[in-house]
Amino acid sequence: MPIKYPSARAGLEGVTGSLPAPVEKPDAAKDRITGLDALELGGKSEKGSLGRRVWRSAWPKLLAIAIVMLAWQIVVWAEWKPVYVLPGPATVFEDLGTLIKTGDFWDGVRVTMLRAVTGFGLAVLIGTIVGAAVSRFTPLRAAIGSLITGLQTMPSIMWFPLAILLFQLSESAILFVVVIGAAPSVANGLISGIDYVPRTWLRVGQVLGMTGFAKYRHLILPASLPSFISGLKQGWAFSWRSLMAGELLVIVPGALSIGVRMQQARDLSESSLVISFIIVVLVIGILIDVLFNAADNALRKRWGLTGS
Amino acid sequence: MTTVEADPVQTGQAVVSLDSVSKQYGSGSNALLALDKVSLTVRKGEFVCLLGASGCGKSTLLSLIAGLDRISAGTLDIGGRHVSLMFQEAALFPWLSVSGNVELPMRLRGVARAERKQRAGELLEIVRLKDFGGKRPHELSGGMRQRVALARALAQNADILLMDEPFGALDAMTRDILHDELERIWREQELTVVFVTHNVREAVRLGDRVILLSSRPGRVIEDFPITHERPRRIDSPEVAGQAAEITDRLRAEVARHAN
Repeated sequence: MPIKYPSARAGLEGVTGSLPAPVEKPDAAKDRITGLDALELGGKSEKGSLGRRVWRSAWPKLLAIAIVMLAWQIVVWAEWKPVYVLPGPATVFEDLGTLIKTGDFWDGVRVTMLRAVTGFGLAVLIGTIVGAAVSRFTPLRAAIGSLITGLQTMPSIMWFPLAILLFQLSESAILFVVVIGAAPSVANGLISGIDYVPRTWLRVGQVLGMTGFAKYRHLILPASLPSFISGLKQGWAFSWRSLMAGELLVIVPGALSIGVRMQQARDLSESSLVISFIIVVLVIGILIDVLFNAADNALRKRWGLTGS
Repeated sequence: MTTVEADPVQTGQAVVSLDSVSKQYGSGSNALLALDKVSLTVRKGEFVCLLGASGCGKSTLLSLIAGLDRISAGTLDIGGRHVSLMFQEAALFPWLSVSGNVELPMRLRGVARAERKQRAGELLEIVRLKDFGGKRPHELSGGMRQRVALARALAQNADILLMDEPFGALDAMTRDILHDELERIWREQELTVVFVTHNVREAVRLGDRVILLSSRPGRVIEDFPITHERPRRIDSPEVAGQAAEITDRLRAEVARHAN
């Protein structure tokens, strides 16, 4: 904001004497409103240094991990089960450390993530098309609006018998279940986003003469973005769950995914390895969730929805 | 009921003419008559304030003039002119920058990018926000957002600017300063303004005429010409005196609904 020197300016006018003497200095009204703006925008609080902020958001998570580890260790110490069935954190993390140094492990992660990304991508595509169609056409909406919500509550594992009959033990069977698990969430996110565009925005759209495609392009779609993103986030969670179920049930020959490796570890009664894979799946899930949250937060900050 | 004799700007061309306009919502026993045979004329360059208590159909009247709603009876003629409407909420789009919001009406009209950037800059200069084009709406104060909304309305190149209690949600100090700003912009840009408010002093402060409406249904009670010299102050004795006179009429109207 430029700093103004009204008194200096008024002095100058006095010297040149070129202006007629007004009742009020010509810039008085301008100064008033600029001053008011400065006052109303002033006093934004500082957030503290980066290190402090990172620490502030990190310590509860670290504490949560510490509590879980401790509880786990206590169960192991209590000898509820023999250690070769339920090993302690130290053993598991040692095995996990060895595991992630092997190329085989990363091949497995690659197979699984490729499936996840493909399945989720397809789900987003289909969910978006269906969601847009359903919110656009009222009869469609009545017909399949509630069906979509019903699909969402369906446990994905229920689809596998059918998927295996339809596609045999193949990648397609897994993809089918992943897509059918995730697409309804994506569609629902878009539909509710479109439904809850604030009325005042719709009125502005009307005043600005938006109709048809322009209304979607400039108002409805951008306005539904926050809801769409939460739909994506939920869709991801469903597709990740379906994928893990699929990898345990549908063993595709030659594709040594995380799920297959976990099954092998179980067959060999390697508890430590099974728990290691559980941790790997958990960590991947958390990392992806962090990405979605970052996108969501960035949007909220940009739109000013953070409440401050 | 236009007071032909007293109106100082009668010479201007009529840009909005309402003749016995009625608006009814619903039908049968549930029918609600919002406006009853309202007749009024707004001339080019005029600043007309519509004043009334709750339920006088002020906002309905603006919606009708803006073409957002259909009249039930009578004739409404704006001669095919373009109309822009501002609300109590600035209702800026958060996914666009301040400048993007101002450019939007031009984008919808297909104005070329360079031209609309330049025009948006000019409009933001008019509302004294030229340094804020790159900000997001939520980074501005309520009064600033309302000025962006005004710039966006001006970007529509409309002949008539309708304002529905645009300063209703602002504090008194901000409102006072924005009155000065609106008066200046109205004069410089030679706008025709129809301004709806329930604040009598605000109406007298701003209007060339104050049209008082009755409630349930809305009818024109009286059309007060305001002849005090501009620029006016909301706390000047002239404004206060005339406001008191109009307030008495408004009180009598409200009391009529007691039984």
